[in-house]
Amino acid sequence: MDINPILLLAAVMVASTPVLLAAIGELVVERSGVLNLGVEGMMITGAVFGYIIGHGSGSAIGGFAAAALAGACLSLIFGFLTQFLLTNQTATGLGLTLFGLGLSSLVGQGATATYPVTVPRLPIPLLSDIPSLGPILFNHDAVVYLSILLIVLVWFIMFRTRAGLILRATGENHDAAHALGYPVRLVRMLAIFFGGGCAGLAGAYISLVRVPQWTDGITAGAGWIALAIVVFASWKPFRLLIGAYLFGGVTVLQLNLQADGTLALLDIAIGLLAVAAAVVWLTRSITKKAAAPMDNLLSVIILVLSVVYGLLRLAGMQTIPIEYLSMLPYLATIAVLVGLRASNAPASLGKTFHAST
Amino acid sequence: MKRRTLLATGASAAIAAALGVPARAQDKTKVGFIYVGPINDGGWTQHHHHSAMEMVEHFGDAVDFVYQESVPEGPDAERAITQMALGGADIIFTTSFGYMDPTINVAAKFPDVKFEHATGYKMADNVSVYSARFYEGRAVQGTLAGRMTQSNKIGYIASVPIPEVVRGINSAYLHAKKVNPDVEFKIIWIFEWLNPAKEADAAKALIEQGCDVILQHTDSTAPQQAAKDAEGDVYTFGQAADMAEFGPKPRISSIIDEWAPYYIDRVQAVMDGTWSSTNTWDGIGAGMVGIGEISSAVPDDVKAEAEALRDQIAAGEYHPFTGPINKQDGSVWLAEGEVADDGTLAGLSFYVEGIDGDIPS
Amino acid sequence: MLRLEKRPQPSTFWTYAAPLVAVVVTILLGMALFASLGKDPVGAIRAIFYEPLFGEFSFYYRPEVIKKAAPLILIATGLAFGFRAGVWNIGAEGQYIMGAICGAGVALAFYPSESRWLVFPLAIIAGTIGGAVWGLIPALLKVKFKTNEILVSLMLVYVAQVLITAFSSGLMRNPDGHGFPGSRNLSQYPAAANSELFAGTGIHWGVIAALIAVAVAYVILTRHQFGFDVRLAGQSPKAASFSGVNPNKLVILSLLLSGGLAGLAGVFEVTGPAGQILGSFPKFYGFTAIIVAYLGRLHPVGILMAGALMALTYIGGEVAQDRQQLPAAAIMVFQGMLLFSILGVDVLTNYRLRFGKNEVR
Repeated sequence: MDINPILLLAAVMVASTPVLLAAIGELVVERSGVLNLGVEGMMITGAVFGYIIGHGSGSAIGGFAAAALAGACLSLIFGFLTQFLLTNQTATGLGLTLFGLGLSSLVGQGATATYPVTVPRLPIPLLSDIPSLGPILFNHDAVVYLSILLIVLVWFIMFRTRAGLILRATGENHDAAHALGYPVRLVRMLAIFFGGGCAGLAGAYISLVRVPQWTDGITAGAGWIALAIVVFASWKPFRLLIGAYLFGGVTVLQLNLQADGTLALLDIAIGLLAVAAAVVWLTRSITKKAAAPMDNLLSVIILVLSVVYGLLRLAGMQTIPIEYLSMLPYLATIAVLVGLRASNAPASLGKTFHAST
Repeated sequence: MKRRTLLATGASAAIAAALGVPARAQDKTKVGFIYVGPINDGGWTQHHHHSAMEMVEHFGDAVDFVYQESVPEGPDAERAITQMALGGADIIFTTSFGYMDPTINVAAKFPDVKFEHATGYKMADNVSVYSARFYEGRAVQGTLAGRMTQSNKIGYIASVPIPEVVRGINSAYLHAKKVNPDVEFKIIWIFEWLNPAKEADAAKALIEQGCDVILQHTDSTAPQQAAKDAEGDVYTFGQAADMAEFGPKPRISSIIDEWAPYYIDRVQAVMDGTWSSTNTWDGIGAGMVGIGEISSAVPDDVKAEAEALRDQIAAGEYHPFTGPINKQDGSVWLAEGEVADDGTLAGLSFYVEGIDGDIPS
Repeated sequence: MLRLEKRPQPSTFWTYAAPLVAVVVTILLGMALFASLGKDPVGAIRAIFYEPLFGEFSFYYRPEVIKKAAPLILIATGLAFGFRAGVWNIGAEGQYIMGAICGAGVALAFYPSESRWLVFPLAIIAGTIGGAVWGLIPALLKVKFKTNEILVSLMLVYVAQVLITAFSSGLMRNPDGHGFPGSRNLSQYPAAANSELFAGTGIHWGVIAALIAVAVAYVILTRHQFGFDVRLAGQSPKAASFSGVNPNKLVILSLLLSGGLAGLAGVFEVTGPAGQILGSFPKFYGFTAIIVAYLGRLHPVGILMAGALMALTYIGGEVAQDRQQLPAAAIMVFQGMLLFSILGVDVLTNYRLRFGKNEVR
């Protein structure tokens, strides 16, 4: 076995950063009560502008700033249509994705790299000196830490400041918020603008750091995954981190297991997961007296799936065919949604607001 | 009135009627290309387009060139091809495997138009197929990879599980093994031809697991970039295009798709009226598979060895699949001195002995 | 200061004028875009809107527009019910794919049967059930656990996409396909083929089904109790529950209906225009149908027209690519602009523009 767990973790951090960035933005947007399905479009627009400006000026900061601005500007189209012309958010968001994919491809034709761009690494003092662990986990480029910092910031503003309270109130009940005198439209426009900026940054991270180059369709669906993660996290900032690392982890782990030819490791992972689920069920039934299967749906689902997997293995199946593994994060998201029972989506999510209604 | 009658008559009759009108009174030969990706994808489509442009340059004003890019495989392709035929194209090149059934369908409706389908196997009176023996290039790559690796671990980024890719893996492995019995192949399937982000992740995973040579059957330069950014020496090969901008290191050589001579040849045949339906599968010898310049990072003796192999294959003195070769399960595939026949190679769907893992199915 | 005032009744004038204004605005914006790319703006617009309908080769393009519009209309009609009732199924893409998988699976299970009266109807039923079941999952989860259906149905799209890619190279791979991914071609399997009913018209069973769906939906929405419930639930959930509408039943029925119709569209596509299960199975119909549903204001007749318009921009866009060598990306941008302006101008139907300050309340 050639998999180095620490290197793997470091790879997961890098692979997860773009979806994480886009998801933070979308989380704020959705918390304000707006569903913007155009993340993919804004992301790829950010990717192309980040690449062109970054490589045109040789400045990484310039590239990222341009990308954020491009994503935010694109999001303003969505904001104007949904907030001022009261169009349906789902349809407009899908339109934005279409528009963004086209625009990026048009702008990107003949995009060339004039100057090299390097994103500075930012070793974290002290931590990066930990032997073997430090240089890998705490020696990433600045954007990786920025994304984590951003989560903390969003959490703080959302739950510890008045501005955050207004944002959440707008998302929960826009009519009540309006009656209290809060500027619903302004709050939402700002949230949309922020979301667009984050998506733009995420795109630039792909075209300037992770890949790093520009080709058509380079985001390859990452924007949609960001949407999934927001749900997975049930609109809580810190859970985004878990969601993003889970998605990134499955991708990276899948590649690593393939290369290593040790898919059998999956057996161990699935076994551990099943044990964990059983323990959770047991402790819940002792401490909270909630033993019924319906009260522990998440655990039950995991246990049932593990048993099915085990039986199939015994029946001679050679581990999960690798291509099916990619379904896992999506099924996990559904399981989390169900496990949470009452979903805690913002009550006004996706609904059109007009002051006179 | 006239519209009615057109609709009432069968589609083929209507199309034939339209063709009866001398829509192409001009004496220029109209050449059409259907591409699966954007023309700047950096790999497969870009090289077809590049070769097409060379063809246009060769003929100058004698040809009228049209193309359509990013055509999805399936019904959209059928429409794009029909459109080109209706537009008066004399010969149409459809450059992706998934265009096979659409090409055959359209060809049946336009008996006077010539069709050239890349990498497929279905032919008709006015449909030729053409493909390149990339596995010959893979033999040269395998030799270089086996010699250059220090860790004896060679990574392979595989795209979609089709015979062409499996042939490439087998050929590269056999020749790496020949010069370095200790090599081990680590193979990652990404199930796509072009996905830079996934290719980059795959390359990084391979490098982290100790591979110091990466072969790719995917189209982007992302693996090259990942190798360049890695600590220590990691070597790569250009795919479809030369990718010379990554030389002399990490890119130490490449397989280049040289379609231009074929395109010039076929268009000339249309002009001369000598075009006939053919099945072309050419390799290094006929110039369809090019081996990119072996860079200065490679020691001279290794370079000479690889070039000798290349020349031997080109001259037809050596076939990369020459026995004794066993299948992965240990059973005999080719006996001593036996050469694989084209039929088996065309549908190759097993690994040779020594490669770990399964071909996804 | 400009502001919007809600009209007591939707304006009849703007109901019809808004789409026209939007198209004119988009054409002007589009001409500016095409001109800035150095292409002939008038020619491009003509190629998009005029050529497919009345141009030289319209006898070919008109049936293609019909074929492209049929699945969009079929899916959008089903979605409109849910959207009116406040049930947000945005996973039609997944239901459409599952319909194709199940329909093709049943048809292939009988291969090589010759009894068309058995295989084709069974495939249609299987596909409809497949789509309906995929739609039922979010419905049941919503009813049982109050899970948000937008998100569950969206997640299931990804699952369906993984499944179709995996099946095309695994379970359903054509055994005679030389190891290439993709199922047998169903359009060449007479017992299951959804071929044109009248040659050259583009009318296949899917088109008939779409027209029937529109007619039935119109009757249900205007005359039937279910249609009344749906409208009431959308306008005022409270009033609906007072009048005895069971919201759970509404959720389940809406999702079953939209899932079933999406599945139906999937079967007709896979047995007809697309022909086979492939990773590149015509994508995005399910998402585009959401746009179509809103463009058609959730009204069956509106959806019919919106579906035709969307299909026209697809086909016309390809004509423009072919004739004007416009990049594919420019067409996507143009489509995006068209959607934005149609959605945006629609505000005038329900609201009045007022100048002046807000009234004091």
